[in-house]
Amino acid sequence: MGRVIINSLSKSFAKENESITALRDINLEIRDDEFVCFVGPSGCGKTTLLRIIAGLETATAGSVTLDGEAITGPDPKRGMVFQEYSLFPWRTVTENIAFGLEMKGAPKSERSRTAREYLDLVGLAQFADHYPYELSGGMRQRVAIARALANDPDVLLMDEPFGALDAQTRNRMQKELLSIWEKTRKTIVFVTHSVDEAVYLADRIVVLSGRPGTVREVLDLPWARPRDRTSTEFADIRRYVLQLINEGEQTQ
Amino acid sequence: MNIRLHSRIRRELLTALSVAAAIVLWQVVAEFIVDNRIILPSFTDVVAAFLSPAVMNSLLIDLGTSLLHFGVGLGAALLIGIPLGVGMGWFRTLDSLADPIIEVLRPIPPLAWIPFAIIWFGLTTQAAGFVIFVGAFFPILTGAYTGLRGVPKTFVEAGKVLGCDTNLELIRHIALPAALPAIASGIRVAMGVGWMCLVAAEIFGVSRYGIGHKLWVSYSLQNMPNVVVYMLILGFLGLVIDRLFRAYTDSRLLRWRTGEVV
Ligand SMILES: Nc1ncnc2c1ncn2[C@@H]1O[C@H](COP(=O)(O)OP(=O)(O)O)[C@@H](O)[C@H]1O
Ligand SMILES: [Mg+2]
Repeated sequence: MGRVIINSLSKSFAKENESITALRDINLEIRDDEFVCFVGPSGCGKTTLLRIIAGLETATAGSVTLDGEAITGPDPKRGMVFQEYSLFPWRTVTENIAFGLEMKGAPKSERSRTAREYLDLVGLAQFADHYPYELSGGMRQRVAIARALANDPDVLLMDEPFGALDAQTRNRMQKELLSIWEKTRKTIVFVTHSVDEAVYLADRIVVLSGRPGTVREVLDLPWARPRDRTSTEFADIRRYVLQLINEGEQTQ
Repeated sequence: MNIRLHSRIRRELLTALSVAAAIVLWQVVAEFIVDNRIILPSFTDVVAAFLSPAVMNSLLIDLGTSLLHFGVGLGAALLIGIPLGVGMGWFRTLDSLADPIIEVLRPIPPLAWIPFAIIWFGLTTQAAGFVIFVGAFFPILTGAYTGLRGVPKTFVEAGKVLGCDTNLELIRHIALPAALPAIASGIRVAMGVGWMCLVAAEIFGVSRYGIGHKLWVSYSLQNMPNVVVYMLILGFLGLVIDRLFRAYTDSRLLRWRTGEVV
C-alpha cells in the first residue's frame, strides 16, 4: 500500500505583509510501488510539496491523501530522507536505525533484529556501533535510508538525498537505491534537481515549473532497469526535460 | 607512538620545571626580599602551616562542610535551572512569561543576596547553599536555554516523521541529547561561579567549619601562612572538580562529539 493522491493543492507562505505562492493547483496521483521523481528549477516548490506529503507543512488549499486517508501531520507511515544531514549524532548507527521502533515501543530484541536487517540491506553491517561522525557522506545517507525504511512506511519521501555527494558516490547510491526499492517495494517520491538522476531512476518524472510551482508535464519512462546513461533514448529524454525546465525558467 | 610518548614526557618535565622555578622564586622573594610573613609568607612557612595541627585536625571536616555547601547550592541550581531552561527553550509562552523576571534578577551579583540568605535561612547550611545557588543558577539556565534553542530543526522534524510526536517525547529523545553539550558547558561555568561564591558564603559565619570560613578566621588572627594554605586548597579543589566533571562528560555523555571540533 502506498497510493498518494494530490488534489488541487496550493500553498502560500506569509512573508512580512505579502504572501508568496509556492505551489498552485497541483493535481497528481502516485501509484502504489511507483518510483516518482520531481524535477524543476531551484525554488519551484519541490521541497515544499514533499514536506506537505510528509505532513511537516500544511497546504493552504486542496488535499493530499495516502490510501484514501487525509494527511494532517507527520506520521511514521510516510518515511522521509532529508536533504541536509539529519542522523542523530548522539546515537550510533544501530540506535539511529532503531529510533522509529523505539518510539513505537517495540521490545529491544525486535529492535536490534530489525536494525540489523536494514543495516545489511544498505551494506553497512560492520559499522553497526559507529557514530555518524565516523561515516562518510554516502554512508550517512544510507543510514538515513535504513532508518526511514526500518519503520516500514507505505511511502518513502526523499529530498535530494544524494545532492551533497560526489558524482561517483552518487551514481553508486542511485544503483543501490534501485536495488533496495526492488527488494522492499515501497512507493518512492524522490526530489532532485538533476535531470540525469531522474531519468536514471524514475517510472515517472513530474516536471515542475517555478513561481508559483505548477506541474508542467508528467513523463512516463516505462524502460527496464538498469538504464544505460549513454543510450540515445536516455539522452533524448534528458534533453527534452532540460528544455522543459529552461522554458519554465524563462517564462517566469 | 614513541614520538607521542616522548613529547608527553617532555611536556610533563616542563610543567614540573615551571612549578619548581615558581616555588624557588617565591621562597627567595619571601625570605630575602620581603622578609615579612604577614605580607608574604614563604613556601616553607606555608608547608609548615599546612602540616600544623591547627589546619590538619579539622581539614577533613572543613573540606566536607565546604563540599556540602557547594553541593546543596549546585544541586538546587541544577534541579531548578535545567527544567526551567529546557522549558523556556522549548515553549515560547513560558519563555515570554519567565524571561522579563529573569532579565531583572540576572544582573544582581550573587553576593548581594547574602542579607536575604541570612534572613530567610538563618546561619545554616542552606543559607550558604543559597548564595552558591544564586551564582550557579543563571549559567545553568542559560546553557539549557541556548542548548534547546539551538537544536537543529531537521532533528526535530526527523523525530516527528519517525513517530516521536508529543512535546515530552521530542524533548526527551531529540532536544535534550542534542542540547547536552550546551547544558554541560553551562554547568561547567556554573560550578566555577558557584565555587567563587563559596568563600563569601562561608565568611558570614554560617558554620564553624568550611575552607572559606577557616580562611577568614585565619585572616582575623593574622595567620597569613594559614590563609595561603586555604587559598591553595580552594584553588586546587576547584581545579579537581572541573577536571573530574570534564572527564566524566567527555567520556560518558559526549562520546559522540569526539570527532567534532569543540
Ligand atoms: N518556510 C518558508 N517560509 C517562506 N517561504 C518559503 C518557506 N519554505 C519555502 N519557501 C519559499 O517557497 C518557494 C519554494 O521553495 P522550495 O520548496 O524549497 O523549493 P525547491 O525545493 O524546489 O528549491 C521558494 O520561493 C521559497 O523561498
Ligand atoms: Mg529543495
